Amino acid sequence: MSTRILNLSRREFLAAGVRAGVGLTLGLSLPGVARVAETPSGQSGTLAPPVFAPNAFVRIGADDRVAVIAKHLEMGQGAHTGMATLVAEELDARWPQIEILAAPADAKRYNNLFWGPAQGTGGSTAIANAFEQMRKAGATARAMLVQAAARAWTVPEQEIEVSEGLLRHSASQRQATFGELAAAAAALPVPDEIALKAPAQFKLIGQDLERKDLWPKIDGTAVFTQDVERPGMLVAVVAHPPRFGAKVRSFDPVETLKQPGVRQVVSIPSGIAVLGDHYWAAELGRRALKVDWDERAAMVEGSAEISAQYRRRLEQPGVAARAEGDPDTLLARAARVVRADYAFPFLAHAAMEPMNCVIERRGEGGVELWYGAQVQTADQAAVARTLGLEPTQVRINTLFAGGSFGRRANPASDYVVEAAEILKAIEGRSPVKLVWSREDDMRAGWFRPAYMHRMEAVLGEDGLPVAWRNRIVGQSIAAGTAFESLLVEEGVDATSVEGAANLPYDIPNLKVELQTTELPVPIQWWRSVGSTHTGYATETFIDALAREAGRDPVAYRRALLAKHPRHLGVLALAVKHSQWGQPIAANRGRGVAVHESFNSYVAMVAEVTLEEGGRYRVDLVDVAVDCGIAVNPDIIRAQMEGGLGFGLSALLADEITIEAGAVVQSNFSGYRVLRANQMPQVRVHIVPSAESPTGVGEPATPVIGPAVANALAAITGRLYSQLPVRTA
Amino acid sequence: MQILTINGAEHRIDAPPEMPLLWAIRDLVGLKGTKYGCGIAQCGACTLLINGLPQRSCVLPLSATVGRAITTIEGLDDRVGQAVKSAWAELAVPQCGYCQSGQVMAATGLLSRNPSPTDAEIADQMAGNICRCCTYHRVKQAVRRAADALA
Ligand code: FES
Ligand code: FES
Repeated sequence: MSTRILNLSRREFLAAGVRAGVGLTLGLSLPGVARVAETPSGQSGTLAPPVFAPNAFVRIGADDRVAVIAKHLEMGQGAHTGMATLVAEELDARWPQIEILAAPADAKRYNNLFWGPAQGTGGSTAIANAFEQMRKAGATARAMLVQAAARAWTVPEQEIEVSEGLLRHSASQRQATFGELAAAAAALPVPDEIALKAPAQFKLIGQDLERKDLWPKIDGTAVFTQDVERPGMLVAVVAHPPRFGAKVRSFDPVETLKQPGVRQVVSIPSGIAVLGDHYWAAELGRRALKVDWDERAAMVEGSAEISAQYRRRLEQPGVAARAEGDPDTLLARAARVVRADYAFPFLAHAAMEPMNCVIERRGEGGVELWYGAQVQTADQAAVARTLGLEPTQVRINTLFAGGSFGRRANPASDYVVEAAEILKAIEGRSPVKLVWSREDDMRAGWFRPAYMHRMEAVLGEDGLPVAWRNRIVGQSIAAGTAFESLLVEEGVDATSVEGAANLPYDIPNLKVELQTTELPVPIQWWRSVGSTHTGYATETFIDALAREAGRDPVAYRRALLAKHPRHLGVLALAVKHSQWGQPIAANRGRGVAVHESFNSYVAMVAEVTLEEGGRYRVDLVDVAVDCGIAVNPDIIRAQMEGGLGFGLSALLADEITIEAGAVVQSNFSGYRVLRANQMPQVRVHIVPSAESPTGVGEPATPVIGPAVANALAAITGRLYSQLPVRTA
Repeated sequence: MQILTINGAEHRIDAPPEMPLLWAIRDLVGLKGTKYGCGIAQCGACTLLINGLPQRSCVLPLSATVGRAITTIEGLDDRVGQAVKSAWAELAVPQCGYCQSGQVMAATGLLSRNPSPTDAEIADQMAGNICRCCTYHRVKQAVRRAADALA
């Protein structure tokens, strides 16, 4: 009954007035519970007081509702449900009594433990970094409730059992709910040391618990940034330069201001903002706007020129990201070298919810934002810089994101800063909802960079590779961003070579080289980051080597993976469930791929049909994943399905092209993405494991491309090295 | 002034006749369940029912909907809609959720016209609705599940 109350349901959002949703209440007074006052935004506001708040993540109300404060963005990957599961497990709560609140922006309390003092979600780290932290939060609350019960009943703590939200003392036949003990528990000191369950004791971890955001996302009540309304709010759209690097020389707002509902036109660093009473008014105003663009500094080249430049650079050695033995000499001397050049285009994230952000001035001088914030700490700092504030004066209310795939973790906080610039330009006079159209979203850049790879290998007498050289050419995602010191070492951006430099195959002479390019095209991480291209290049090339050696692709990989049991484990599991090795029609093929990313291991066997005219269809995919302890197997299955769909889209269709500094595609008419009739049947197999859990949002994405391309190769004998692979 | 009938209630809208229904419903009526994804009838996020038929509200001018029965996700409570929503829950279809009201409306429209679609018909008809989370595998299963439940 209570599971949806706090979950950003729209009705509550609208009804709440100033509270305006979850986690947004300020200074709510909760008599008798001193600790709650410490919470920056009183997220426990809708729980019945007194509220027991033993730490930053758990709130228990007298009404027996338990609120879990989720520090990670829910963008579809199930992070909210995951956080709540970990807390509920150690608390021994009933799943229906758990509700989820988005944490406020607060790097001290809600940082990603893998990222140091920064709050944010990405790199498939949510469950991995919070696994112990959330369980401790739940276990602490449980221990205090037990202690409170023991005192109330004057019985030893050890005799109290907790199960499904009830504390019981069997000998005296007494029991109490969490809510009944909340006030007493709140008066106790928080214990320093806390014991956690052994995996064998898990009751909720490992179950297919229902997602807490399930129903609001079915009945349309889930609140996204697009849906936020504030009193007096104006909707802003921005006329952006048509080419990267262009600027506004002058603009004429006369026709725009004649449009009914248009309120204001202002110049901001990224373009000209048109503010209106609602989206359609602002959009019509933008269409009527006349802007003279200064294109003197604009980008002139396009994808064709970039490709030509990258091809030339493939001939030059790069900075070594990994070097073992002497592959250069072996390659120079070999009678036969297997070689392939790969090309990967720019890719847009194209999340279904185009970028958007709501911002308003607060009475006491700061600002407040509502949007699907992914790296709250970076956004807070960027908004503070833009507006001359302290980061603590920037309050962020993190809403559901309608997808992100990395886009909302923008290293420049681009669309958030744009919203702040608009607020600044109108001197904070009204709340602003910045809305990007699909065209704005697709043409803004911040793409998965284009890359090229040159793969070269020499096989030994046994057919296994003795030398392997992988040269990579492309832009650095981290260079020039706040992430540079973390990710770039000796000229090598780890995100450019991940998945290639840590190639698991045992090859005595091995080199991975990187040539970092510079272009005016803004770029960033895209679901599975470096593995989007390295996984494809390495896994199709190893297949090509197996074909060259006349060996079975699975057996070939096994022979090279002796030191990598988890790769072998997923490979064996996917193969076992597939029809690998069974006869198959001449126009059909099976392909395999295995790849680790973000410490999770995924193998796939794909079955593909090559149709008349060179079109192909992916029929069935067996996926095996080893992500340590499976916290919620159904969410893992969903992420494998969705993650591979996202990667399949890039194999089949996705491609951003640039002409004379302008993005050619502007919407889904030109930027083709996977659709329902292209989605294969998927069977997910999870490796049983007692290892610490690792992420599942990204690791399926890089594996499907090579599995399908290898299946095509099994039919045609060709290596598919230019993406997207539109036809055979 | 246009009068629209949305989920059985009449709404007076002061807007130009060419304004897309999507924005009128979202910004003037205040029903936010219908989503914007592309604005050019490519993605299906804005799907709602007009006289029971699924339509792309982002390209439908207000004037074309006067006098017709508009059903949005908020008002979807007929037998088919209920079955679709239940199937969606049983299969835990949504991920980010942004496309899902459009998916649910498209599925309801599909099953209202064709109560026992083939798998190929389901795949083809649902192909009009993009899901970047790629929940398609479950979308197709859920439509099948709803069809079976209604049979
Ligand atoms: S928003 Fe209407 S079809 Fe995309
Ligand atoms: S559930 Fe995210 S776009 Fe469909």
